[in-house]
Amino acid sequence: MRLPEIIDRLSLSVLTPALGFDSDVTGGYCGDLLSHVLAKATKGDLWITIQHHANVVAVAQVAGIAAILIVDGRLPSEETLARAKDGKIVLLGTTESAFAIAARLHTLLAT
Amino acid sequence: MKYAIRAGDIDHGGSASARIKSELTEAGVDATTARRAGIVSFEGEMNLIVYSDDGGTLSVIVEPDAVIVELEDTGPGIEDIDLAMTPGYSTAPVWATDLGFGAGMGLVNMKQHSDGFEIQSQIGVGTKVTCRIERKGDWKRRRGRDHETT
Repeated sequence: MRLPEIIDRLSLSVLTPALGFDSDVTGGYCGDLLSHVLAKATKGDLWITIQHHANVVAVAQVAGIAAILIVDGRLPSEETLARAKDGKIVLLGTTESAFAIAARLHTLLAT
Repeated sequence: MKYAIRAGDIDHGGSASARIKSELTEAGVDATTARRAGIVSFEGEMNLIVYSDDGGTLSVIVEPDAVIVELEDTGPGIEDIDLAMTPGYSTAPVWATDLGFGAGMGLVNMKQHSDGFEIQSQIGVGTKVTCRIERKGDWKRRRGRDHETT
């Protein structure tokens, strides 16, 4: 499913509006331990996490993740946003919990 | 490619590895190999930042058949390598675990994403890790080309 449709259907905020975000999302990975994300997340995944520090951008770049969805209304710092812009990694936000949004994403991708 | 990684420089953690992955891709290394080399570099880079006394070097060499990632520091050294290689074992400080590092999977990930993995360490001297990642995707592509021409 295309990312803009997911953003619309799950009412996500786009935290990096300067970046284009028309990528294809084929799955999701939910987790906050960076080594696990690197080992388990695959290309095309939407990464759902509470982590919002600048290092998440490098993790997404290395793992080839489609976009990072930061949950519980947490907001990334200016440094994280700048790093995301440089690395062309889309950052999204939601006030929902990881559990709730992962369930909704799963349903959406399964339909 | 050779990068100097500073101890404690968490703000730039992963930056060298992200650059390495993109440079490998630009150099024509296949996507799977570039990703594996990126993961190995990332874990090694973070180890230098979180655990080394004075930082160290992260070097990447591209060979026709493989990518070699090498990490070297000057201490403190690992007391028990087998224990350090145990999934989930970590001596990471709280500030690192709060950020999602220190899952005890760093060296394990490096080994799992390499075809050859060597670690040497001596207390008070330093640690050297060498990972060899075979360019399997490129082999396949090359074999395909050879097949077409024969």
